[in-house]
Amino acid sequence: MSKSSPPEGQNLAFLRGLTQPRLSRSDFMRGAAASFAAMALSGTGPADAATVTNWKAWWEAQKPTKEFIFANWPLYIDVTSNGKDHPSIDTFTKQTGISVTYDEVIQDDPSFYAKVAPVLKSGQPTGYDMMVITDGWYLTELLLQKFLVPLWREKVPNFNKYAGASVKNPSYDPGNKHTMVWQSGLTGIGYNPKLTKREITSLDDLWDPAFAGHIGMFSDTNEIGSFGMLKLGINPTTSTPADWTKAAAVLQDQKDKKLVRQYYDQSYINALQNGDIWITMAWSGDIYQANSKGYKDLKFVVPKEGCSIWHDNMCIPVGAKNPLSALAWMNYYYTPDVAGIIEDYVNYICPVPGAKDYILNVIKDPDVANSPLVFPPQSSFAKTHEFRAFKSYAEYQTWVNTFSPIVES
Amino acid sequence: MRRLSRNLAPYLLSLPSWVYLAVFFVIPLGSMLGLALATGDPLDGYVMSDNFSEFSLAFSQYHAEFLRSFIYGAISTIITLIIAFPVAYWIAFYGGRNKSTYLFLLVLPFFVTFVIRVLAWEFILSDQGFVLGTLKNLGLIPQTAHILSTQWAVIGGLVYNSLAYYVLPLYVALEKIDRRVVQAANDLYATPAIAFTRVIIPLSAPGIFAGFLLVFVTNVGDFVNAFILGGPGTYMIGNVIQDSFFDNQNYPLAAALSSMLMFLLMIAIFLYAKAFGTDTIQDYAA
Amino acid sequence: MSTTMIMPIMRRPKMEIGRRLLAAYTGLVIIYTMIPIAVMIVFSFNIAPNGRVALKWLGFTLAAYRHAFGIQDLTGALINSLIIGVGSAVISIILGTPLALALTRYNYRAKTTTDIVIFADIAAPAVVVGASLLSLFLELNIPRGLITILISHVAFNVAFAVVVIRARMTGLDRSLDRAAADLGATPWVAFWSVTMPLILPGIVGAGLLGFAMSIDDLIITNFVAGQTLTFPLWVYGATKIGTPPQVFVLSTLIFAGGVGLAVINSLINRRADRRRQG
Repeated sequence: MSKSSPPEGQNLAFLRGLTQPRLSRSDFMRGAAASFAAMALSGTGPADAATVTNWKAWWEAQKPTKEFIFANWPLYIDVTSNGKDHPSIDTFTKQTGISVTYDEVIQDDPSFYAKVAPVLKSGQPTGYDMMVITDGWYLTELLLQKFLVPLWREKVPNFNKYAGASVKNPSYDPGNKHTMVWQSGLTGIGYNPKLTKREITSLDDLWDPAFAGHIGMFSDTNEIGSFGMLKLGINPTTSTPADWTKAAAVLQDQKDKKLVRQYYDQSYINALQNGDIWITMAWSGDIYQANSKGYKDLKFVVPKEGCSIWHDNMCIPVGAKNPLSALAWMNYYYTPDVAGIIEDYVNYICPVPGAKDYILNVIKDPDVANSPLVFPPQSSFAKTHEFRAFKSYAEYQTWVNTFSPIVES
Repeated sequence: MRRLSRNLAPYLLSLPSWVYLAVFFVIPLGSMLGLALATGDPLDGYVMSDNFSEFSLAFSQYHAEFLRSFIYGAISTIITLIIAFPVAYWIAFYGGRNKSTYLFLLVLPFFVTFVIRVLAWEFILSDQGFVLGTLKNLGLIPQTAHILSTQWAVIGGLVYNSLAYYVLPLYVALEKIDRRVVQAANDLYATPAIAFTRVIIPLSAPGIFAGFLLVFVTNVGDFVNAFILGGPGTYMIGNVIQDSFFDNQNYPLAAALSSMLMFLLMIAIFLYAKAFGTDTIQDYAA
Repeated sequence: MSTTMIMPIMRRPKMEIGRRLLAAYTGLVIIYTMIPIAVMIVFSFNIAPNGRVALKWLGFTLAAYRHAFGIQDLTGALINSLIIGVGSAVISIILGTPLALALTRYNYRAKTTTDIVIFADIAAPAVVVGASLLSLFLELNIPRGLITILISHVAFNVAFAVVVIRARMTGLDRSLDRAAADLGATPWVAFWSVTMPLILPGIVGAGLLGFAMSIDDLIITNFVAGQTLTFPLWVYGATKIGTPPQVFVLSTLIFAGGVGLAVINSLINRRADRRRQG
């Protein structure tokens, strides 16, 4: 193998070089072996997603269609008790004549991104008109690569009318240019008062030696890093790499003192329900679900230092075949009754505060309507912080390299 | 004519698999592993170069995880072999007409996806659950004892999940042993133990080796058990690869780690084969 | 297999005890593998408030069984998984058996390379395999779906099939098929009449293994599935919001179906035995 580093500053040199005759045979062999993986995993695909420059003209050229393909997480929409029907979708079809293909194909953000990004990079359509992505690096990455269609806001008047303050103008997508929130959730503290033997109010409790070996933390670096900063009184949304280092030190200390039992993904909720952990980082919706299925002792608290808020966002991938249907769906969703119907089943945090009255008065389900976990009071929202939105891959790498050694060991 | 076809026979027999594996395994995998030498990032793209720094980084930063993975893999493989051998032996020699039924029963838990199996194990093994709760109430173990979030839970999970994968090849190898040979051995040697070690074990060696391939190799690269059942200090190399691919999106690092893992496993396989004094790896018992 | 093997051995009383112990032990191991399944079955009859299963006893109900196939996506995913499981097991046997035969019986030039590829196939981390296959399908412009999942599962199952079948072939007595050849049988006839019956247990083992590997795979499948869902994919995704009782119910039904097959099979065998003796 001869030394053949391409000239600097020519990122695509390698692929373009393949078509040029001056390559030696060994170069070519090596190129053939490495070409398509490199292409699929990076931005060097044949079709540049950013070919559309005038999105307004693009939108105006779109024709209404009678189809809509919606990729979402499993069980993230209302379901009738026989498990068969989604009333909100059926009503949408009745009102608009648009037939909906509802695909529950998103298992988590990293793996869904790993699945669709190569498709987008190769310039092929994903097959979806709308997908639901959590704010975080993967959403940022889609935005940075211009893989999301800017929304035609005039077609979604209900958003301005009914959206809650917490979902307007988020830090990761200023002005809601590309995304609208489907559901939100709080990352706070979940605990079992019978085991902690006292009420929990502060992040310091996650560092309390009295609970050593029974404290659960999240393995997601976004989540755990943000908590480290909140503990130090730093606002994660606006934090700097220097803050990250400080936060990592506190988290490392927590680990070194053997306070943490395990760094969990979603399975923390089983450990909390089983009593293996007494106090843990937790998602509001999980604790609500746990309460309603018999684990009545468990409590969720927004610590006095603050907590994280995350948003799962509806967005339109480039190549979508029915973008106008997607806008129609967004507009349909952002009403108190539709959001209410869905919220009554999903139980995370509703982006439409007006849905509370609908659930209370029309659906008559006070348990959901009055739950501070589903409709948090303003005082809770005031203490929430969005995740840090990264500006570049390098910045994200710095974050990951700061926090992953804590989780990995 | 006959001779020609005899010479060609192995190639003709191999050809379909070769083509399939070349197209759907070797070429794509090679293409992916080649990224280990690339420089760049997922947004701006990669350039191929002769950059071996990922390998030294991979080793210097993650040698502990490599070592741990091989230790967990070895321990779990040995335990699995010990549990699985008598089962395979009984099915092979005394299973009668229902041999395949018993094998089928061993595979049946896989029909229930691992997400559910793990959920159930977490429930059974929880600190105050069926097992530990009862033992604690009887005062047999201290109140603070726990299994989940420890390395023993990880190894236990590995053993549980690989049991069927070891029984199957062992059974396949044991079943072909002519019973007259066993009979003769029993008549010949003083004790059943000697008959067993001198006759049964050598004759079942292809099964032991095949099972080792399936179980050791997959367990060393496993990440599910360490992630769900382990605690701080049980991270395996499979988890690091998983993280560097999905979370960090450091594809060159993931490729370098994967290449190294495969290379080290290959060495382990050859060492194993060597220890049993054979040139052609799977055929030494012939 | 061959009739000589039915001849009873080890009549000594000590051996008899050992045999019983061994049988009891095997039973215990089978029970051990089913412990988590038992938990799942019990809780499939549990009341599931809000449509999510709880591993805490709240009361008996058959509600979830009444709507067992209610979640269309889940039922469809299950059917996909079964198709892919059976399909990939069968195809990998068809591909793997001749290769195992070649590797065991012939010394040819590409043997070591083939060995290495087979080991590499087993050793390759799932993420890398999954991502590489997705890149390939994109490059070849093959739409992702059932077919690409099947192709990918065969790609890893072939190696497992070869290893298991080879464990069977290694050391098999070759005098029979040589005799067949001497008697003028074509290699094809000799294979089907002599070799095939001898290696059948290996093929059954490889098939079961392949099916298990396929139906349990999550990582590789996720990459190449496109809009198609398999059972583990759906169930894994559902953990974010909570597992619906149908997951337990469908798993229980599959499990019961499997046990049913096993029981029927052994009853048929028993009857066949009795007829032969009577």
